Amino acid sequence: MLHIKCPWCGWRDESEFGYGGEAHIERPKDPDSVSDAEWADYLFFGSNRRGDFRERWVHSAGCRRWFNAVRDTTTYEFKAFYRMGEEPPGGEQ
Amino acid sequence: MSQTKRLQSGGRIDRSKPLTFTFNGQSLQGYEGDTLASALLANGISLVSRSFKLHRPRGIMGAGAECPNSLVQVGRGAGTIPNLRATQTELYQGLEANSVNCWPSVKFDVNAVTGLFSPLLPAGFYYKTFKWPKSWWDKVYEPRIRKAAGFGKAPTEPDPDRYDKKNRHCDVLIVGAGPAGLAAALEAGRRGARVILCDEQNEFGGSLLANRQYLDGKPGIEWAKTAVAELESLEEVTLLARTTAFGHYHHGFVSLLERVTDHMGLTSPDGRPRQRQWRVRANQVVLATGAIERPLVFCNNDRPGIMPASAVSTYINRYGVRPGQRAVVFTNNDSAYQTALDLNDHGIDVAAIVDVRPESDSVLVDRARKEEIPIYGGYAVVDTRGGQHVSGVKVMRLNGRGDGVYGEIHHLDCDLVASSGGWNPVIHLHSHPGGTMRYDESIASFVPDQAVGNTYNAGACNGNFALGGCITEGLSAGATAAAGVGFGSEDIEGEAPATGKQQESPLRPMWRVPSRKAIPRAPKQFIDVQNDQTSADVYLAVREGYRSIEHIKRYTAMGFGTDQGKLGNINGAGIAAEALGEDIAKVGTTTFRPAYTPVTMGAFAGRELGPERFHAVRKTPMHKWHVDHGALFENVGDWKRPWYYPKPGESMREALDRESYQTRHAVGVLDASTLGKIDVRGPDAAEFLNRVYTSGWKTMEVGKARYGIMLSEDGMIMDDGVSARIAEDHYHMTTTTGGAARVLGHLEEYLQTEWPELQVYLTSTTDQWAAISLAGPHARDVVAKVVSGVDLSGGAFPFMTWRDCEAAGVPARLFRISFSGELGFEINVQANYGQYVWDAVWEAGQEYGITPYGTETMHILRAEKGFIIAGQDTDGSVNPMDFGMHGLLSKKKDYIGRRSLSRPDAMREDREQFVGLVTLEDPKEIIPEGAQLVEEPNANEAPKPVPLHGYVTSSYYSSTLGHSIALAMVKRGRERMDDVLYSPQADGRVIQCRITSPVFYDPKGERQNV
Repeated sequence: MLHIKCPWCGWRDESEFGYGGEAHIERPKDPDSVSDAEWADYLFFGSNRRGDFRERWVHSAGCRRWFNAVRDTTTYEFKAFYRMGEEPPGGEQ
Repeated sequence: MSQTKRLQSGGRIDRSKPLTFTFNGQSLQGYEGDTLASALLANGISLVSRSFKLHRPRGIMGAGAECPNSLVQVGRGAGTIPNLRATQTELYQGLEANSVNCWPSVKFDVNAVTGLFSPLLPAGFYYKTFKWPKSWWDKVYEPRIRKAAGFGKAPTEPDPDRYDKKNRHCDVLIVGAGPAGLAAALEAGRRGARVILCDEQNEFGGSLLANRQYLDGKPGIEWAKTAVAELESLEEVTLLARTTAFGHYHHGFVSLLERVTDHMGLTSPDGRPRQRQWRVRANQVVLATGAIERPLVFCNNDRPGIMPASAVSTYINRYGVRPGQRAVVFTNNDSAYQTALDLNDHGIDVAAIVDVRPESDSVLVDRARKEEIPIYGGYAVVDTRGGQHVSGVKVMRLNGRGDGVYGEIHHLDCDLVASSGGWNPVIHLHSHPGGTMRYDESIASFVPDQAVGNTYNAGACNGNFALGGCITEGLSAGATAAAGVGFGSEDIEGEAPATGKQQESPLRPMWRVPSRKAIPRAPKQFIDVQNDQTSADVYLAVREGYRSIEHIKRYTAMGFGTDQGKLGNINGAGIAAEALGEDIAKVGTTTFRPAYTPVTMGAFAGRELGPERFHAVRKTPMHKWHVDHGALFENVGDWKRPWYYPKPGESMREALDRESYQTRHAVGVLDASTLGKIDVRGPDAAEFLNRVYTSGWKTMEVGKARYGIMLSEDGMIMDDGVSARIAEDHYHMTTTTGGAARVLGHLEEYLQTEWPELQVYLTSTTDQWAAISLAGPHARDVVAKVVSGVDLSGGAFPFMTWRDCEAAGVPARLFRISFSGELGFEINVQANYGQYVWDAVWEAGQEYGITPYGTETMHILRAEKGFIIAGQDTDGSVNPMDFGMHGLLSKKKDYIGRRSLSRPDAMREDREQFVGLVTLEDPKEIIPEGAQLVEEPNANEAPKPVPLHGYVTSSYYSSTLGHSIALAMVKRGRERMDDVLYSPQADGRVIQCRITSPVFYDPKGERQNV
């Protein structure tokens, strides 16, 4: 049971949240301009990083807001929580 | 005579409180403070069970959670509990216990003959033996194996007891109230930290309860008592005895099981819960879980009377029990010398201490020498004798490498063997969340390495077995944990009690005592006595190619039992290393996973029992009316929906025929309240709908409604429904009953993550509206009697529009929509008026023969029209083109999923397409839903695999058409009209069917547009 800090509601148990996979994968603004391979990459392929990983969560049993987190996938330690639209801490990955 | 094996004095039992209990029908006595195991031993009973596979006689072996043998069935009737460890079952007045896994009795077990065939039952024999013939799997093998194997019997009646769950936060959770845990609790508690200290035993003290060590010149237990008294006085400290921390998860989440009234009787007295699960979120976790002594592995080491040395000491010191008359102590380290002294001091003859070390020199060894206990240095117990109890051992000299024995065989008579192969730190909880471990050569076992999160190990579980070191480590862990939550510094403030200095000589690692014969022919050397798993099994697994300890475990079933290998697994790893020719440090251990000891289902269920409380049940405002009118219900998502309304004596088919006939020829009424409803508002609402539906929505005027489909970004149909424009910036969206939550989540996700610039607000209104759907030629007549303020004529109120109005005087929205192909209306009113308006509709419809219909008739009517149900005819792998919905795909805008529709796979010409099917030989035969469709008429005889051409998604009998109808997905289906396909059934029948249009009835839609 992870302990997660919703940027709006504070610390809550994992059971209040839904997981949204990798963060900062933007939907192509003009889907027609991307190739089939690029579209498939957007749809199906994540970076599956070992170590610090930026991911999305939604406080589905709370305020229902989406937000981002940085979590170490080897220890499950959360390094940061930040709102949608905010710059991720730690710069480029 | 009662309690013949009870010592005259001593122990932590209350001799003034005798308790009567029964074991296998025999009435016996023990004392308060006894466990069932100690009371049985006090009565001279050591044979308690039979082993899992070979049905060998097994005795009480350990004295706590580690005991693999002492499984008993306690109580009877609804409250009976199978597979309790007698070593952890506190004695109470009237306790009834019985042996498990033996028939007719534990002393004479018919299945013990399997032991004679044991050469035929090696590791993996299940996988090898019971493979063929296949027809025997479920008829012969499984019933026989189930009868022969397995332990206790589950109760057949509901559990009469109550279980509770409790959530708690704390600064510091300390697991284990031995010397280290008590010290940690004192250090953290005195500083004011909010502390929870839990221990699985009935009283605090840990090892001090069972040994004779001194602290500050007094028996250790006196120090423990003082510590507990001080902790009790601290306001922020919670003490939980009889409480096992069984799971340690991430971020300081620890699950505890408190046995509140287990020790009081079979059922809880005075309404108290039997057990309570604590779900603790701790800022800091201190693990002081101690260590478990591992036995030495030698031939025939499973006979009753062979025990770990520490268990022998525990029975003597803590329970005042004499576990034997004449003992042999077998060891590779110093600690068992204390057991020899405990035995000797209580007048139990120690025939010999057999020590695999040629030389040893320490305080304890000196004391044993002074007591003139014979010591065989450099010797080993190689085999034992005995029937239902050990009666002697064979001792031989060990060679210098420790891999062979030689010389004369010494026969020593004894009825007790106390063995010690060293100690294994209890690193289970440290490992649960991913804490790493390393091999420590000085103790020949694994110790914690990197802990996860704010977790600290202290004392024996950290590999520090000396009493003084345990206390210092406990104080230090308490200080660090308290400092971590802002209470003082990491420097120890408390003072450690004085301990005597103990010089020790190093242990000699010995995973397996060499046998005289080579392993396959030598007598069995048990590693896991519960599962009858031996060193020969590990060698066999290695010979057959297994390398990983995880695979060896699974192939041999080592540590599979209810004890999870607490005694045997490290020995197993050592023996695997020996067989592999590798270092045990490299072989490692298997993964430690929750639960540490078995947890009752009731503790997880808590009070959320039964269909009403286990899961949310959603009922519409008109639910009671449906019940009163004889409806049968089906579950759709969490909803209870009327399925059909059989009249007395009517079959299901007759009821459905009547409901659909009345709806097609008069008027039917359906409770549509369960449909998902989402209120969409905001200046960008039209733009938003345009992006989430495949068709264009911006031009739809206020007052109109439209059918739309939503795709996932992968282009597959996700959901569908009708949405109406209430105002310029306001829509009323409907979804499928089961898809409502998913659709809301989908919309919110896109609004928040992809298009935060859109000003749109979403509100779920499913529960706020009651929806009454009317269909049939007389629908307008009924609506006219109920509704006011609307011109209902076809010209003024055409199909796919809506109007504000009043229904039975209540504000309402009236939609002209249809899911049956008939003239249809849907009245939506505020949910609290639902029953009131439904009654008015029912009353108004009487003169027109109004009939309530349920989901089954709804399905038939819509299938006759070829309307899909998202989630029944779609499965997440079908796109709109597969359904011929090209007309709903706008070419003028982007929408979710559009780009995926031009992927090569979506454009494939041989995709399965939506079609209808009718049966040929018997037009009334209903093809089962999910049935496969092939071109081969004799699929059952044809070479396999037979190419698949499609499958049935919906299938019904249509009384309107007089024949069965089915909807199906068929490869290139739309170009194969009138082709014949075959559907082979599991029972050998083949159903012949012909492909048709999916619209079976009124293809021009004339009936709904009147």
